[in-house]
Amino acid sequence: MTNVTGIEASFGIDQGEFNLELDLQVAPGEVVAVLGPNGAGKSTLLRALVGLTPIDRGSIRIDGVIVDDPAADVLVEPAKRRIGVVFQEYRLFPHLTVADNVAFGLRSAGASKHVARSASQEWIERLDLAALSSRKPGELSGGQAQRVALARALATNPRALLLDEPLSALDIATRQDVRTQLTHHLREFIGPTVLVTHDPLDALVLADRVVVLEGGRVTQEGTTHEVAQRPSTPYVASVMGLNLLRGKALAGLVQLEDGGELQAPDASMSGPVLVAVRPTAISLHQHRPEGSARNVWQGLVSTIQPVGDRVRVSVSGAPSVVVDVTRNAVSELGLAVGHAVWLSTKATELEVYPG
Amino acid sequence: MSRRRRTATSPPWPVAVPAFLALAFLALPVVGLLIRTPWAHLLEILTSKTSLDALRLSLETSAAATIIAFLIGVPLAWVLARSEFVGRRFARALVTVPLVLPPVVGGIALLLAFGRRGFVGQYLDSCCGITLPFTTPGVVVAETFVAMPFLIITVEGALRGLDSKLEDAAATLGAGRWLIFRRVTLPLIAPSLIAGAVLTFARALGEFGATITFAGNLPGVTQTLPLAVYVGLEGDLDQAIALSLILLLVSIAVLVGLRDRWLRTGSAS
Repeated sequence: MTNVTGIEASFGIDQGEFNLELDLQVAPGEVVAVLGPNGAGKSTLLRALVGLTPIDRGSIRIDGVIVDDPAADVLVEPAKRRIGVVFQEYRLFPHLTVADNVAFGLRSAGASKHVARSASQEWIERLDLAALSSRKPGELSGGQAQRVALARALATNPRALLLDEPLSALDIATRQDVRTQLTHHLREFIGPTVLVTHDPLDALVLADRVVVLEGGRVTQEGTTHEVAQRPSTPYVASVMGLNLLRGKALAGLVQLEDGGELQAPDASMSGPVLVAVRPTAISLHQHRPEGSARNVWQGLVSTIQPVGDRVRVSVSGAPSVVVDVTRNAVSELGLAVGHAVWLSTKATELEVYPG
Repeated sequence: MSRRRRTATSPPWPVAVPAFLALAFLALPVVGLLIRTPWAHLLEILTSKTSLDALRLSLETSAAATIIAFLIGVPLAWVLARSEFVGRRFARALVTVPLVLPPVVGGIALLLAFGRRGFVGQYLDSCCGITLPFTTPGVVVAETFVAMPFLIITVEGALRGLDSKLEDAAATLGAGRWLIFRRVTLPLIAPSLIAGAVLTFARALGEFGATITFAGNLPGVTQTLPLAVYVGLEGDLDQAIALSLILLLVSIAVLVGLRDRWLRTGSAS
């Protein structure tokens, strides 16, 4: 392939005990979320793409141009990579106004003050910052600062855009709004976008595709829908709020590894499988339930924890699962830690897939 | 009973008494200077030719020393804080030498290096006709030697304390290293630059030992304020006191100007 575009990164980095091995392709216009827990290597990945940490093997290409390849002795410095970065905490220059922050990249590229100002004006208006342009970063709210950071990165006309935990510095109340705005702005960017986050909601809302990074390795990769519905590791399942069970399917019946069995919706499946169940798809009962639910088993309540207006109940049994119920249900069923309960779920609520 | 309750912060007397003595010891000389100041003739003394010459010379040479320290000292501070090279520890130690060296020894060392027979000075003399000892530029050299470490150490501390995150961000925006230094690093350490420059200026203004050794004591040429004070002690005591008052005022102005900055160098905000 000659005129490949976007990001093509396939590399390894060793940092003492930790090493990162990664294969990442991002097409122009595509938004890929790299989702992972702390210490998974997300920051290292970002620093490698930007050019702040050199890779030890493999190569990174951006728009077909090699920017890092130790074997070929190529290492392009950050200032020459033309990658726009929205950093965690934004890293706005505290001594410059919003307008000068946004114009910084253009000034660095050699534009005169006047030219840089008028070119960055477009981004100031697009991101609705005109009223704030003479303020200093210290006088901005978190959401405003994030828009300035985005404008500053986009004003350089970058070949790729990287966002590092773009919403983690915001309080919960503004996060939803800013996330919606950000989705809109990312859709407009024509280059490849990589979004690094530990928040599954960011990944699901903002990205087209999710790459899950755990312990320096990619453990799952797929569209946001696939990853959300069919997690392949306990980490993904837990951040997506799903129960993930491993077992063997035979003629529509899944024998679970940790005990118990579940009726699958599809009898054709066989071999090793994963079963994902939403916590709201499981019902709790005081007595053995009558009715259409195909899967019924017994367990002991191990924890009860309020989450928003619902209550998350962990039940140990075969299998052990977490169940979300309403607050009313807790009192109606008289739920308490150590109590025996019956659980039921319909076969059609189970997502069963090869694993 | 109206006896005041003792708290953990009120000092026991073996601490309180020496503490008071120390404070009195520091304050009494200042009081002495103020008491003996010839307030009636002050203006007259300060506007005499000797005083004005010394004052002008001191301001000019201290300003020049501060500017030179800025131009070569800030780059050195950057190198010490950010670069890895063989002998960096040695270089850092060297910077602190003028701080602990008796200034008169500094003056002799300067003579041996930059004097007309000095191992550098002889070439300055023969090739370019530059003579430093006993000239006004010589005063600037002596003051720079003694005062520049204040600027270097202050700025180096600030650069070490500076988070490189903003500089990294500037790099991703296409800024080269020189541009980052000029447009991000320097503005962020501005408070420390000012603090360091003020300290350097104050130290240069008070310089005595190295100046008199290296540059001599020629009225109007190398006789700065501290030298004029010293000469005044032998002849005109009132003049010595009046000029001392000027130096005291400058010191107080420096203290007020810096407040606690000296102790909190490196904080960018």
